[in-house]
Amino acid sequence: MDVSKRQVGDVTILDLKGKITIGSGDVQLRNAVQEVMNSGATKVLINMHNVSTIDSSGIGELVSAYTTATNRGAKLKLINLPAKVTDILTITQLITVFDVYDSEDEGVRSFA
Amino acid sequence: MPEEYRFHLAIGSRFENIELVQVVLRDCLERLGMEADARHWVDLAVREALANAIKHGNAQNPSKQVHVDLAVEGEELVIRVEDEGAGFDPSQVPDPLAPRRRLLPNGRGILFMEKFMDEIQYGAGPGGGTIVTLRKRLTGAKADASQA
Repeated sequence: MDVSKRQVGDVTILDLKGKITIGSGDVQLRNAVQEVMNSGATKVLINMHNVSTIDSSGIGELVSAYTTATNRGAKLKLINLPAKVTDILTITQLITVFDVYDSEDEGVRSFA
Repeated sequence: MPEEYRFHLAIGSRFENIELVQVVLRDCLERLGMEADARHWVDLAVREALANAIKHGNAQNPSKQVHVDLAVEGEELVIRVEDEGAGFDPSQVPDPLAPRRRLLPNGRGILFMEKFMDEIQYGAGPGGGTIVTLRKRLTGAKADASQA
């Protein structure tokens, strides 16, 4: 999986691309979120648009990212969920835990 | 049963080897004519079975192998994943949907397999390891996991 970071105003956006699966993408996601948190970011969007596959380990990393951010007083939200990721968040009953937005604009504006 | 739809693989207990199985599995599911969405969910279920075998069964010991067998039995796709661990009791696995467990980072692999396949069975291998058998009907295969 590839992770790239960019800034829109005071909102940090992580663009994920590829698989978030055990042994590869999950570790990259963990490291990227840790780096963002360590930089002091408090408004974070994870852009899932180009995520092709997420397994239970990847879901676990998303949950860890959410709890890490919350425990530090930051907000971490998801944008542009592919249908299959939405299905998985529904199955795991996490769809109501995360703040989810259909577009980057909506996600950025949600922090206002 | 068509032999071209049968395979056996043995992999060392490393997560990166999951991708090797996925390549062979994907090719087989395509040749079986399974539609793309259904292939995605089967792929994910097998990924979970392999991850469990490597992580929990074989404790990531690369000298221990995970065996994967795929066959078509009647109208069903049958995939067996066997580890060389010490065995496993699925009744001891807590419900990941219990409110107090919902924000834990692990424990969802079995849920995924149950949701994405039609039937899951657990058994003991000849060496005492775990055999997980995943079954999927080939006719009218579920395409929408949220309706599983």
